[in-house]
Amino acid sequence: MMRIQARTQPSQLMTLVSPLLAIALTLIFGCILFSALDKNPIEALHVLLIAPLSDGYNVGEMLVKMCPLLLCAVGLSLCYRANMWNIGAEGQLLAGALGGSAVALAFGDSTSALALPLTLLAGVASGIAWSAVPTYLKLRFNSNLILTTIMFNYIAFYLLVWAVNGPLRDPDGYGFPESAMFSDQTMLPILVAGTRIHLGILLSLLSAVVAWFILSKTHLGFQVRVFGSDEPAATYAGFSSKKLSWFVMLLAGALAGLAGVCEVTGPIGQLVPNVSPGYGYSAIIVAYLGRLHPLGAIIAAIFLAVLYMGGDLAQIQMNIPTAVVGMFQGVLLFFLLACDFFIRNRLVFTHQATA
Amino acid sequence: MNNTKTAQHISPRLELINISKQYPGCLANDNISLSLMPGEIHALLGENGAGKSTLVKTIYGVVAPDTGQLIWDGKEIEIKSPSTARELGIGMVFQHFSLFETLTVSQNIELCLSKPQLASIGNLAEKIRQLSQEYGLNIDPHRYVHSLSIGERQRVEIMRCLVQSVKLLILDEPTSVLTPQEVSGLFSVLRTLAAEGCSILFISHKLHEVTEICEKATILRGGKVINTCSPAEETSHSIAKMMVGDLAEQEAGYSKKEGTEVRFQIHDLSLSTQHPFGTSLKHINLELKAGEILGIAGVAGNGQDELMAIISGEDSRPVNAHLTMKSQPIGNLKTAIRRQLGMAYVPEERLGRGAVPDMSLTENTLLTHSQGFIKYGLVQWKQLKDYAKQLISDYSVKCHGEFSEAKSLSGGNLQKFIMGREIGQRPDVLICAHPTWGVDVGAALAIHQALLELRDQGAAILLISEDIDELFLLADRMAAVCDGYLSPIVRTQNTNIDQIGQWMAGTFINNQQHDADMLQETTA
Repeated sequence: MMRIQARTQPSQLMTLVSPLLAIALTLIFGCILFSALDKNPIEALHVLLIAPLSDGYNVGEMLVKMCPLLLCAVGLSLCYRANMWNIGAEGQLLAGALGGSAVALAFGDSTSALALPLTLLAGVASGIAWSAVPTYLKLRFNSNLILTTIMFNYIAFYLLVWAVNGPLRDPDGYGFPESAMFSDQTMLPILVAGTRIHLGILLSLLSAVVAWFILSKTHLGFQVRVFGSDEPAATYAGFSSKKLSWFVMLLAGALAGLAGVCEVTGPIGQLVPNVSPGYGYSAIIVAYLGRLHPLGAIIAAIFLAVLYMGGDLAQIQMNIPTAVVGMFQGVLLFFLLACDFFIRNRLVFTHQATA
Repeated sequence: MNNTKTAQHISPRLELINISKQYPGCLANDNISLSLMPGEIHALLGENGAGKSTLVKTIYGVVAPDTGQLIWDGKEIEIKSPSTARELGIGMVFQHFSLFETLTVSQNIELCLSKPQLASIGNLAEKIRQLSQEYGLNIDPHRYVHSLSIGERQRVEIMRCLVQSVKLLILDEPTSVLTPQEVSGLFSVLRTLAAEGCSILFISHKLHEVTEICEKATILRGGKVINTCSPAEETSHSIAKMMVGDLAEQEAGYSKKEGTEVRFQIHDLSLSTQHPFGTSLKHINLELKAGEILGIAGVAGNGQDELMAIISGEDSRPVNAHLTMKSQPIGNLKTAIRRQLGMAYVPEERLGRGAVPDMSLTENTLLTHSQGFIKYGLVQWKQLKDYAKQLISDYSVKCHGEFSEAKSLSGGNLQKFIMGREIGQRPDVLICAHPTWGVDVGAALAIHQALLELRDQGAAILLISEDIDELFLLADRMAAVCDGYLSPIVRTQNTNIDQIGQWMAGTFINNQQHDADMLQETTA
């Protein structure tokens, strides 16, 4: 007979080591997977995890992928800290990309200094709007936040597809579902010449630091932590669950919206249907891998960005399908949750008592 | 039965020799020896965490001791499980009853009997009736448990043991849920049982009960047997001293005060409950004055939780003018605003509500005490840390330091901390639920003194407690709740334990009024 028993005192050390353990288990899983595909596992892992960091250009590309992951994950970390199960970062990111693009295209070839700030602002505002609706529905009608945010992801995606096929389609684009290229005035400045490292990357790192500051130094952040750790205590203390819910959701929406607009005004330069290869979903893994800590999210975002990069390289160099990246992410989350489970619980083998 | 003569050379019913049990990080029982004669009522005393529960669980077969021997009727035995214990004739009544509410008394009892036992009893209902008469338990086998009062349910638990011809009955704090009248009923049942040769092991916190009913007492402290005595030859005071060591200074009654102006008021508050098993509040009227402690007695579950929640604002339904504080209606205000107006609140649950388990004491100070520690929205952690240190030393909270997590503290120490935190806000009105429930004697004394000091500084204190002795000790005026009604409020000097006990049982409720309320509730 097997029984699950809660540990009286989960080890603090193990809680921090858990992500590393999960990564190690994922790599072992990877070796088995590649062997089964008749690829040399060591070579495959090298391409997947080491090659993306091997030269300056690759590091730059990796950082470009880290930017949206980190922005979304920082917001999600705060949401999950407050027990708001926001799965809508993807939709908020797409909304941000769409809103930002609309403003960027409206500026056309204008040389106004306001072009970029207003474009970014539009992206942020769109992200906020996209998270506000599910939040309102939850607080007013107690609807399930997980479901509404997922639904809003689809709405955002099809809205974007409609936009690039309709009002925002490039008139000179031979009917391709893409917008015109943005003017330089609305593009994010490049920080390191010869790479695609753009201002957004700096903003994403800044957002993690600011979120950490809010959580650990402000009264508002303290309330978020109490709310997430012990809701009856938060009610007892008189913290407003409404206020805190709005705060974390709108902040997450703003950051995801910023991530979206940074994608279109940064590496992409126009609005296309496939703005995001699922950054908003991967950010959930990043948030958990980073232990819902904004600074932890930085390391976790780098790891997942490496994996994204490595997936591309593996396809080019070793003919391994990019689906491997998705599989790695899923397996990683699985192992992470499993490790966390065993840190909090243990299996007890009991002998059937003789009656 | 024909015992008096043979009692001299009769062997003990149960003997424990050098029982030890080690839990991770704590030696719960340290070489405990104890012997119980047939027909003896034996008290097991000790502060929280002294090892009483572990010991009785060992006897009842729930916990296996690491070392030591159990000798039952002269033979060494091993009690592997509660069913082995029951077969031997050991019965236990737990603090929290384990009865199915949707079944009848006799069905509940049938459930814990084995097939051969049932066969030998024959007609179970008849047997229950017969035993009920014999011991004056007054139980109808065909009644459904949900229709029984707490006292009656406890008697069903005792009946369950009797049916199995019990030789040793263990009772874990049996009186904590009873009104004084029910307690004396229980005691007479126990005396009858003992006279017939059944041994009784009685765990209690209430010293005067122990001196009243027990012939012998074993006192545990820190997992060890500290002393064995005959309670009849001791006073509550001297026993308390043994329990806590040299620290206990028995409280010999405090001076009573008369309040001044009205600080807090409830006017005709009726409120239906939000929980399926809750109690609706009915026509509550109450005036709380500055400089007094108003005590509210009552058996748990009679509307205390609902009353606390609506006063504190945790139950956020607007009741506007039904609540006033310092002549200002506060029934529509949020909890945080009520706090800003000078209300502080000590909840019943300490860990998980009064304090966040995973947060440090410094952070837990900030939970309700933010005034003066926030500048431009930023927490002044350094000042806060110093203040938490101050609290810890002022209220002698035993912990590693202000960085200790709340969950690492014992119940009594955490309560001292919460008490200190709430009192430290210099509240005009303090609402306080079960302040010393499960707290050891030393900590209780400190908490009592802190409350009285706050009262003398002019605060208005509402004290809700199940412990009648504590209420008589502290309260300047008293009332009782029953079924959501509040009794009249009287000065403590002008009442006695008998009257309050009857009020707890609901004798003050006007029948016509009650019927009208019931009608209203069903039509609503």
